[in-house]
Amino acid sequence: MKPFFPALPSNFKLFLLGTALLLALRPALAQTPAEALQFTLKNGMTLIIKVDKRAPTAVHMLWVRVGSMDEVDGVSGVAHVLEHMLFKGTATVKQGEFSRRVAALGGRENAFTNKDYTGYYQQIPSKRLPEVMALEADRFANNQWPDLEFTKEVEVVKEERRMRTEDSPRMLMYEQLYATQFVASPYRRPVIGWMNDLDAMTPQDARDFYRRWYVPANAAIVVVGDVDVAEVQRLAESTYGQIPAGVVPARKPREEPTQTGTRRVLVKAPADQAYLALSWKVPNFSGFEATEDNRDALALTLLAAVLDGYNGARLDRALAQGEGRLADRAGASNTMSGRGPQVFMLDAVPAKGKTPEQLEVALRAQITKIAKEGVSEAEMRRVKAQWMASNVYQRDSTFNQARELGSSWIEGMPLDSAERVLESLNAITPAHVQAVAAKYFGDDTLTVATLLPQAGSRAFARKPSAGARHGEGAR
Amino acid sequence: MKRIAWLALWFLPVASFAGIPIQHWTMPTGAKVYLVEAPGIPMVDVEIEFDAGARRDPAGQAGLAVATARMMGKGINNFQGQPAMDENQLGEAWADLGAMVSANAGSDRMSFSLRSLTRPELLDAAVALAARQLAAPSFPNDVWQSERERWVASIRESNTKPATQAGKAFNQAVFGKHPYGAEVDEASLRRIDSAAMAQFVSRHLLLCQAKISVVGAVNRAQTERLLNQLLSGLPRHSACPVLPTVAEVSALKEAKALQIPFESAQAHVFIGQPGIARQHPDFFALTLGNYVLGGGGFVSRLTNEVREKRGLSYSVYSYFSPTQHAGAFSVGLQTRPDQAAQAVQVATDVLSDFVRNGPTEQEVQAAKDFMIGGFALRLDSNRKLLDNLSNIAWFDLPLDYLDTWSAEIDKITATQIQQAFARNLQPERMVTVILGAKP
Repeated sequence: MKPFFPALPSNFKLFLLGTALLLALRPALAQTPAEALQFTLKNGMTLIIKVDKRAPTAVHMLWVRVGSMDEVDGVSGVAHVLEHMLFKGTATVKQGEFSRRVAALGGRENAFTNKDYTGYYQQIPSKRLPEVMALEADRFANNQWPDLEFTKEVEVVKEERRMRTEDSPRMLMYEQLYATQFVASPYRRPVIGWMNDLDAMTPQDARDFYRRWYVPANAAIVVVGDVDVAEVQRLAESTYGQIPAGVVPARKPREEPTQTGTRRVLVKAPADQAYLALSWKVPNFSGFEATEDNRDALALTLLAAVLDGYNGARLDRALAQGEGRLADRAGASNTMSGRGPQVFMLDAVPAKGKTPEQLEVALRAQITKIAKEGVSEAEMRRVKAQWMASNVYQRDSTFNQARELGSSWIEGMPLDSAERVLESLNAITPAHVQAVAAKYFGDDTLTVATLLPQAGSRAFARKPSAGARHGEGAR
Repeated sequence: MKRIAWLALWFLPVASFAGIPIQHWTMPTGAKVYLVEAPGIPMVDVEIEFDAGARRDPAGQAGLAVATARMMGKGINNFQGQPAMDENQLGEAWADLGAMVSANAGSDRMSFSLRSLTRPELLDAAVALAARQLAAPSFPNDVWQSERERWVASIRESNTKPATQAGKAFNQAVFGKHPYGAEVDEASLRRIDSAAMAQFVSRHLLLCQAKISVVGAVNRAQTERLLNQLLSGLPRHSACPVLPTVAEVSALKEAKALQIPFESAQAHVFIGQPGIARQHPDFFALTLGNYVLGGGGFVSRLTNEVREKRGLSYSVYSYFSPTQHAGAFSVGLQTRPDQAAQAVQVATDVLSDFVRNGPTEQEVQAAKDFMIGGFALRLDSNRKLLDNLSNIAWFDLPLDYLDTWSAEIDKITATQIQQAFARNLQPERMVTVILGAKP
């Protein structure tokens, strides 16, 4: 089935500000291809360009295929600490100068680290692209700083951990959930790192990680906005392209062994409400080959949407409405794709007087119901319509477009993944959704995490260290 | 690469992105419309705003505006021959259309937003449904009971968090009895029922005062048709009712230092006072100056002193909240409990020095470079255009506001910034909240 919304014409002139104005600014506005184009520089670095001429701005991102999953025990959090250190200077740009220069160009900037990747970006007037490409290429190749800068910055990262994790009971619970669910997979470690690993981290740990992983063939530049493709190619060759090629280190697979029984973890933290997450191991969507795993991963995504994709979807209706309701809220999500193992999660906050145990039974009953009775054609049409519409809304932000392209590259997916996922989702039948509901939700691959709120809340003395969900650390 | 070379590149003509074509007209009902046509993507955003924010909550019923907004999507009565719908039927209908509506109440405004694709059969249906939601909310009592329980539970949960407790103490100390300082709690929510919401709507959702912003792949004729249908169910007034005046925020008479014990991994710090209303003549000077002080990401004085030089905090900032009345000026940071005193000292010193001496010429130039050079980044999506448009609409800013914005910023001098800060901020009479510090 084809999407029932027409795809945007790929060479449609995207005017934002009124034709007269833009024509004045750009007398020779040519037909602008809206597909993303991919090139490989001579040192192996990938370049991805998507033209969007609605406004005279651009977003420039550098994606490195290295994240917390590439760390080893004892240095958890180093990918994210290194991301912070990339703002600390190069041979020719001193500490603080990078941010000052980007600001002087009118640019906004930041960076982000997750399990699978590290990314850096600037949003700039498009005419400023040459400057930020030169700056970013410079720090990709020549990042350096005195030990003292590391010593200060790692304290900033510890404050970030205190803010995001230690003072957030639900984040603490997710940290323990991942640490319990995964044994061999590096997904068991928090992105921001365990506090003790941050305490013990040395400047050399960050430098070693940088030298090992920041090689051209392990990175992609993504540019989206009002740019000329040939010009960006030329700029990329003259900046990033000058960096010597290197060898991308071999990666150990570190596959998670099969789980053969339910795992449970309880987390006590100062909170008022309990919280519950049920997480099952499910297949990874690894590409568009019609394998069983790939098709099931898509069907699981639709299952999550049927359960929790809109106001009044199944979980909300069954658990969180009416007198005697069990939950204040209930949700479902399928992480679907990534470099590591994927999970399908149900989570809920118990209503006053209800228990996590009651919720666990009720949440699982909703999956069982679908496994037995299936889902309706109307529900399937609804969640597919939503998916398609959100694909159109997504185009409003060049930042989101760049982010989507970057993460597709990280996962080794083609650049038109968003459109192809849409088509593939459209091909999923209600029977297939029913089948995955029956197939993946047994006891043996389940991990249950429960947050036990500590009453009297803040009299509760906590240890100074404990250990981010799939949440990201941003600089 | 030398800094000099970079600065030399800086000669961008200020007006290169000027001329956002805003179409503006007043409907027969009195509603004011602001439209920017953006045909690039087959979608449209509509935002309708009323003078129905939380500042209009009746005494003792803090939370009424927010409750009303939340309940607007929870059910509709039959309307012009169309049947009643409950929250689930509405949820399904919106999902089927791939469209979204939402209602939100801030301190000043209640906003209704509609986002839809512009394919005619989808847009027509979305507008028709949104019209019913605006005109005939049913405020079902049983749904409100659940919603209220959920809300009370979330307030209790939130009260276990250091950021919430510090924020509440700060707000109360800054605003005193002004509605901006009113706290929604279990007791105030208990005093709210469906009848109160219905009354709030009939009193405040006045079409004759509505401000409407539209951005998307629609022209003026299409927008007029769309809005006529969207607003068809709201009552019209031959004479527009005048809403009561809300008092201004009082200035603080003396410094207040609040040390609040709390067990948390970080101490939370807020320093501030009532700041300025949006219409204040010092708006541009304070906006530009605050970029230097604590608004400018990684390059502000506060970030440099507290984070970059000393590693004391992940996040440290200052901002003004220019609203209908004087919103708070706040400096905020979080740090390990034993470092709180040091961090407060550093932040206070930076603030006092800035108010006394203002920024350097070089800092002012850097701030202008950022703000003027990055002006296009404020307008490069439909969503951002909509935000700008609704700002112009709400505060009755001139239609060429975006065209003259860069020139207004460019005019400001370091001396004007120093004087504006000295006029509007009194570091010796500020509120300082320190929650969770340990010696």
